[in-house]
Amino acid sequence: MSGVDAAPEARPVGPTDGAAARARGALAGVVVVAGLVALWQAVVWLTDVPPFILPAPGRVAATLWTSAPLLAEHALVTATEVALGLVIGVALGVGTALLLMVSSLARRVFQPVMVFSQAVPVFALAPLLTLWFGFGLLPKVLMATLIIYFPVASNFYDGLRRTDRGLLDLARTMGGSQARVLFHLRVPSALPALGSGLRLAAVYAPIGAVISEWVGASSGLGYLMIYANARTKIDLMFAALMVLALMTVALHQAVSWLARKLAGWAPESTGGA
Amino acid sequence: MSTAPGAELQGTILFEGRPLFDDIELALVPGGWTCLLGPSGVGKSSILRVFAGLDTGGSFRGRVTAADGLPVAGRVAFMAQTDLLAPWASVRRNVTLGARLRGERPDAKRAERLIARVGLAQAAEKRPAELSGGMRQRAALARTLMEDRPFVLLDEPFSALDAATRAGMQELAHELLAGRTKLLITHDPAEAARLGDRIHLLSHGGLSAPVTLPSPPIRAPDAPEVLEAQARLLSEMRSAA
Repeated sequence: MSGVDAAPEARPVGPTDGAAARARGALAGVVVVAGLVALWQAVVWLTDVPPFILPAPGRVAATLWTSAPLLAEHALVTATEVALGLVIGVALGVGTALLLMVSSLARRVFQPVMVFSQAVPVFALAPLLTLWFGFGLLPKVLMATLIIYFPVASNFYDGLRRTDRGLLDLARTMGGSQARVLFHLRVPSALPALGSGLRLAAVYAPIGAVISEWVGASSGLGYLMIYANARTKIDLMFAALMVLALMTVALHQAVSWLARKLAGWAPESTGGA
Repeated sequence: MSTAPGAELQGTILFEGRPLFDDIELALVPGGWTCLLGPSGVGKSSILRVFAGLDTGGSFRGRVTAADGLPVAGRVAFMAQTDLLAPWASVRRNVTLGARLRGERPDAKRAERLIARVGLAQAAEKRPAELSGGMRQRAALARTLMEDRPFVLLDEPFSALDAATRAGMQELAHELLAGRTKLLITHDPAEAARLGDRIHLLSHGGLSAPVTLPSPPIRAPDAPEVLEAQARLLSEMRSAA
């Protein structure tokens, strides 16, 4: 692993440095994945574990190929749930943060609700959502929305509040109105924090959708995993898991790219997500 | 510009009910440099913030008046020790920030002219992180000029710069801020001796009688009167501490 960890960690770097570091990170990712697959294969060979407990990587790859249409069909369902959940959750989170920033009434009303919403394990609501909204798309989208709402709202709100006090003083002497200070100073300076929230959201949203599918669904990768598990088609279960992991990684990469576009001026460290 | 009016502050600042220093009377030289010199933590910045109409964290008991009878707050431009440039915006957008915050259309030609006057014409599209400390303070100076206010409040704006850059910035600020009424907060006796029309020492005991020098600012750093005043101010600061 020493070759992988050789990249400098958590050090602010310039934009060009950042690109090189990202390339190194991607290479490291490939090395790690290849290592894990090799380890997986080694375990299968050495322990002679039966395929209905742990199928070999080759077998899973074959299933990925032969069941590609089936996997694609269910992946599309999960991707739709995740995308809708992301859009709605981010919109609600951003809206809440802005509202908390401008209104003390909203702070008094919403802040306890937000803390409470985190005190309740959101997963525990999955059966209720299914009970209320059925087996279709809606409860999955709601679960994904719920699970990402808090990290987005709290990260962005934190960023808005942490705007440089000196800059706000300067804006005051310039005679800036509250709304324009929010738009021209607080929001831009909170974009790096919003980026962190979005990165978390990209990882959480698929979790929310899949949990919800486990509880009750007739399609989606989570549903497919439960279905395959019940029929001891463990290779199909692994294949669905692979597709889910790939989707999540791709989403995270896309969101990270967007976050860098939003706040390219902020120093980036190579150690983080 | 024509000479800006003077201004005066009378009173004290209370922190948790206790005055920070004895009641003071601080008069700003019309169109000139008034320097407030003193150790850290004595309340120099709080006085500047009272002039600017900003929150001091305590309460101000007294009054601030401008010689023309209009309020001072709302007519000040502000430069701080940090450049206070928005890190996401180019020099040009930083210089025109005030107009955008007031919902006005920025005067692009004026901005270009001022950016050129502080020597940043080649760097107008650069972000603060791409500039040196001295360039950033020049951008802040251009932004201050863009605001075109009669009162300019400077809170140790050059103290983080290296000595040579600082001397250059003092000269540039003196030239470009001519005619405006300036209050310069500094802990550097040499800076006060170069720039001050009137220099006050602030300690917990209150404000000293003004120190003035025979020649007008800006003075050469190695002029005998500057060196002499600098030495005198330093020893007064040390005996007041």
